[in-house]
Amino acid sequence: MHIPDGFLDTKIWAPMSVVAAGIVAYASKQVNKELGEKQIPLMGVMGAFVFAAQMINFPVAGGTSGHFLGGLLSAVLLGPWSAVLVMTANFIVQCLLFQDGGLTALGANIFNMGILGCLVGYAIYKAIANAIGGNKGLLIGTAVAAWCSVMLASAGCAIEIALSGTIPFSLVFPAMMGVHTLIGLGEALISTVALSYVLKVREDIIFDVPKV
Amino acid sequence: MKKEILFGLLIALVIAVFISPFASKSPDGLDKTAEDLKFVDKAEGKTVISAPIPDYAVPGISNEVVAGSSAGLIGTLVVFGVAYGAGKVFQKKNNQSKSL
Repeated sequence: MHIPDGFLDTKIWAPMSVVAAGIVAYASKQVNKELGEKQIPLMGVMGAFVFAAQMINFPVAGGTSGHFLGGLLSAVLLGPWSAVLVMTANFIVQCLLFQDGGLTALGANIFNMGILGCLVGYAIYKAIANAIGGNKGLLIGTAVAAWCSVMLASAGCAIEIALSGTIPFSLVFPAMMGVHTLIGLGEALISTVALSYVLKVREDIIFDVPKV
Repeated sequence: MKKEILFGLLIALVIAVFISPFASKSPDGLDKTAEDLKFVDKAEGKTVISAPIPDYAVPGISNEVVAGSSAGLIGTLVVFGVAYGAGKVFQKKNNQSKSL
């Protein structure tokens, strides 16, 4: 779902870049509150995993593929603000090194696929996880919030493209939401499987285990 | 912790190098939407900068799988370094400003 150069008008990508930069700057000041010195390398591991997993496009219906985003999973494991930094590192490298996502759309891509999943997705996760409690809450919260994070990303993407005058909202919004309904299930599955594994081997590194 | 970090990085490298050749080549959700709704051409020739490894294939390697896996290897290590480095730099900076 990486937006290339050309899909967004300057009046959209410029403010999106400013908003994303502001949030990332704020996130950079929050790292200490979420991670101790010994846990900082986990940001590298998470970034590596997100990048690698984003390479694996899985087929969904009608000759379309989807790939993992990872913002929600990163937030559950590391904390939302550290996750914003991890996702930002990933999108910057993808843009500058691999031409995946345009430079003008970098802020929008960081916002849609990173920030929304890390912050809004995390809020959804936390509400569900605390309501249910325990490991069950952790896993159900992750599955639902992961799906939501993909829907949020595709909504953001569709709205920005429509506001740019590239294509009418009435066409792009339902098309994007429709195809990502399925892709979101992939996100939920990968996030839940990865989290169950961490829960089994190193439960203590999970940022915020819900109250029982 | 060191063991876990190396193991985590290893999992990521295995995915990027050995599983990426099996990834679907179909367009993703946005690309497919852009094709179906016929606005995909709006991105043509609009790329602002040319990246060294476009489309996850290291240039000059004729074997498609090797080119893709090499791109995966490089990207995974670079993102590891950038995310780790960013965490380290910001944590140090925040700790310094706290003690002032």
